[in-house]
Amino acid sequence: MKMTYYPGCSLQGTARDYNDTIVEICEAIGVRLSEIEDWNCCGASSAHMTNHEVAMQLSIRNLLLAAKNGSDILIPCSACYQRLKAADKALRENPEYWDVTDYNPEFKLVHISSFLAEPEILALISEKVIQPVGKMKVACYYGCLSLRPPHITEAASHEMPTTLENIVTAIGAAPVSWSHRTECCSGSLTMTRPDIATTLVAEIVEAARRGGATAMVTDCPMCQANVESRQETALERAMPVYYATELIAAALTGAYPEKQQKVHLVSASALQTHMEQAAQNAGAKLETSAQEEESV
Amino acid sequence: MQNTPISPAKGNKKLLNKLSTRNIEVQTCYQCARCSAGCPVADYFDLQPMEVVRLAAYGMEDQLLASTTIWLCASCDTCATRCPNDIDITGLMDVLRELALRKGVPAAVPQVPAFHLSFLDSVKRWGRTYEIGMIGAYKLRSGDFTGDMKLGLSMLAKGKLSLLPHSIEGKPEIREIFAGKGKEYER
Repeated sequence: MKMTYYPGCSLQGTARDYNDTIVEICEAIGVRLSEIEDWNCCGASSAHMTNHEVAMQLSIRNLLLAAKNGSDILIPCSACYQRLKAADKALRENPEYWDVTDYNPEFKLVHISSFLAEPEILALISEKVIQPVGKMKVACYYGCLSLRPPHITEAASHEMPTTLENIVTAIGAAPVSWSHRTECCSGSLTMTRPDIATTLVAEIVEAARRGGATAMVTDCPMCQANVESRQETALERAMPVYYATELIAAALTGAYPEKQQKVHLVSASALQTHMEQAAQNAGAKLETSAQEEESV
Repeated sequence: MQNTPISPAKGNKKLLNKLSTRNIEVQTCYQCARCSAGCPVADYFDLQPMEVVRLAAYGMEDQLLASTTIWLCASCDTCATRCPNDIDITGLMDVLRELALRKGVPAAVPQVPAFHLSFLDSVKRWGRTYEIGMIGAYKLRSGDFTGDMKLGLSMLAKGKLSLLPHSIEGKPEIREIFAGKGKEYER
C-alpha cells in the first residue's frame, strides 16, 4: 500500500521519536510512505487564531502539492490534521473563493489513529507482534484537534472515541476507563501561560491515575510534550506519556530501547518493565504447560 | 463581566456582517451555557464564552477586543462542538483576535499574541517552524527571558530541538502568502 505522508514540523523537532516509530511501523506492515515534496508548516493554531488568510493559504499549498501524488495523505499530528482537513473542506466547497481551479482530488486525509485502528491494519500489526506489551494499564488520551470540530475532522465518535483503545488492545495493553480522554491540556498556552497548563495537566494526570493507569498513551505531539513537561511531581513519579506508535514499535521489535526511553522528559521505563514481565510470564506458562504435559 | 451598559443600538454593524460572511451565526444563541460549562480555560476568562457570543450578537466590538478571553481561549473547539445551534464560537474567537491585531488594540494578555507572531515569523522565514529561533524571538518580544530555562535545556539535551532550521525550497511562495494580500483582508 502507498500513502502520501505529511509529518509536520513537530515530528521533525520535539516529536522526532513519534516520526521514527511511524516510519518503522509502516515499513513493518508494508505501507510505503512518500512525503509531500517541499511541504510547509500548516500554521497550526497560531495562524488560524490570528490570520485566516495565511492559515488557509499555508494549508492550501500543502494540499496542492499532495494532489500531485494522488494517494491518501497520512497525517500524524492532530493540529496539522485539523488544519489540512479544514482547508480541504473549504476548497472542495468553494475552490474559486481561494483562487484555485478544479480542486477535486481523489485522496482522503487520514489521521494516524483512524488508519492504525482499521481492522485490516490492526490484523497486519497483530500478525507481526513479537512481544505483547503485557497488560500495561494505559489511559488513552486524545486531546482535541483530531476529534473537534467533528464537521471538520469527521471523527467517528468525537465524545467517545475508541481508536486508541482498539490499537493498544491489539498489542496486549489494557486500556482503562477514565474521564478526561478528550479534555484539552491547553498545549497552545503552554509557553505563554504555564500556570494554566500546569493546572489542566494536573487534572488530566490525576484523572488517569484515578482510572488506574500507570501510563498515558496519545497520538498528539502537543499533548505528549505538554503533559510530560507540565507535571510538577518528581520525574520518577510522574506519569509517562507514550505515543501509541511507540507501543506498537516495541511490540513489533520485542523491546523498548533505552535510547527511546531517554527522549521522554519523565521516567519512561514502565513499558520496558511490563514487556519483560510479560515475557517472563509467557516463559513460565510454557514451562508449566510442558510440565503438565509430562505429568499427563 | 463588567457592569457596563450594553445597547444593541450602539452595535458595530461591520462586525456583524463579517461574522455572517464567515457563517458564525451568533444571533441563534439562546444562552444555554453549554459552551461555558465545557470550556477548560473558562476559570481564567474575564468574559465567559456565552457572554462573548451575546456581546458579539450586540456588536459590542470594543469590549470583546479588550477582553482576556480572546487571548486565553486555547482553541480546543469544545464550545463550538457542543453548541446546540452550531455556532462556530472558535471561529468567532479567531475573528476577534485578528481584528484586535489589525486595529492595534492592546492585548489584555500581551504574551499570547507575542507567541503567535514569533511562531508565524519563523514559518514566514523558513517555511517550517524553527523552534529555537521561535523561542528566542518570543522571549525578546515578551520580555520573559528566564521562564522555562530548565525545560528548554532538557529538551535540547534530549535532541528534541533541532539546532538548525528546516528550510524549504518554496520560500518565495511562503513569503507571498504572508504579503498581506488576499480576499480575507477585504472582508
